[in-house]
Amino acid sequence: MKHKITLTINGENVTSEVDSRLLLVHFIRENLDLTGTHIGCDTSGCGACTIMLNGQSIKSCTYLAVRADGAEITTIEGIAAEGTNHPMQKAFHDQHGLHCGFCTPGMVIRSIDLLKNNPNPTEEEIRWGISGNLCRCTGYNNIVKAVQQAATEMQKES
Amino acid sequence: MIPSNFTYHKATSIQDAIALSKTHGEEAKYMSGGHSLLPMMKLRFASPEHIIDISKIDGLSYIKEDGETLKLGALTTQTEMEYSSLIKEKYDIFSDSVKLTADPSVRNLGTIGGNIAHGDAANDQPALMLALRATVIAEGIDGKKSIPIDEFFHGFYMTALDASDVLVEIQIPKAKKGSGGAYHKVERKAGDYATAGVAIHIELDGHGTCQQIGIGLTNVSAVPMRLERGEEILRGQKITEDLIKQVGKIASEDAEPTSDLRGSEAYKRSIVNTITQRMIRLALERAQK
Repeated sequence: MKHKITLTINGENVTSEVDSRLLLVHFIRENLDLTGTHIGCDTSGCGACTIMLNGQSIKSCTYLAVRADGAEITTIEGIAAEGTNHPMQKAFHDQHGLHCGFCTPGMVIRSIDLLKNNPNPTEEEIRWGISGNLCRCTGYNNIVKAVQQAATEMQKES
Repeated sequence: MIPSNFTYHKATSIQDAIALSKTHGEEAKYMSGGHSLLPMMKLRFASPEHIIDISKIDGLSYIKEDGETLKLGALTTQTEMEYSSLIKEKYDIFSDSVKLTADPSVRNLGTIGGNIAHGDAANDQPALMLALRATVIAEGIDGKKSIPIDEFFHGFYMTALDASDVLVEIQIPKAKKGSGGAYHKVERKAGDYATAGVAIHIELDGHGTCQQIGIGLTNVSAVPMRLERGEEILRGQKITEDLIKQVGKIASEDAEPTSDLRGSEAYKRSIVNTITQRMIRLALERAQK
């Protein structure tokens, strides 16, 4: 059965017809061609597919596209204006918070949500805050430093 | 992985959900956060023909004290629990448990009602509900019902809820002076299900005697388990270090864990003993504040 859904993704309105069982991550990658959102474990364990749904980070491999009807979605492609970097992206770059980059889009989105609820987290709070996002390269230390840098920068801005 | 075919329905109210369930019968399942059900559907452990999405129903997301009762709307997310000032201030047991449940992105969707309605002894909230002596409020074809938590869990993924029943609210006796709770679970890694977990709720009278005690165990039995023998030992007593050790030993004896990838039966019995003792001490300390 097809369902008509209308949603906003990275500021653009999208209307589409989707099957009941279509997963949001497939809708984003295959229907909308936004391939910055990755598929890792596909079981809500690794966080590679993390996107922002109505301002909260969620794992899009474990969410039905049809449920996103009326939602506002932001993917890694939409967190900053074309040609610019979000302070979190800049911090990952400055602190070398990535090696292969597979986890990075999810990690960045998750970290932005973390700072929204807790603008000045301790190192422990950062580690718990990103505990649902796995990185197999960095050993997390530079990711933690990146989130700390972004927290400082984003507090200055606000 | 893509789940097998099903038809999605969005419920706009509790009555709408019940009507949809009535139409589609046993082949329909309610979905709230979906973080237990959808993974099971992807792995083909469950293949409902109809999914009734109850997550968009208004008015089922709240945390409030009403008279002598703490009321939790079933669609309250774990994240809302985590950041609630009322919970932070007065209900330490929830603050303990929520941050150990899955991970922040999952908690943004996972609901307190779903965690209980799923009927999984590996979930964290059932043990808390046993310890706190919660009452589950559900609405179904037969109207509204109120189910004491001790009559709620029937078996592996089986609860007192009929197919059409929507869990709408959880009621818990309000925190009062002299009461305190604590929860901890041992997990292999952040976000894992418990290797074993223990929830403790203690109520002391003005003389420091234990008037009421609740002990709930996570993932060491097929059904979320109340440690009755342990509760009996502490009720009506001044809680001493000697009694705490006795209850820890009882927990290791009465738990019914099975060996699996999270550990051997003997290991689980050993840690349930240790966590029980630690959580009684912590809950007692909080109750004495």
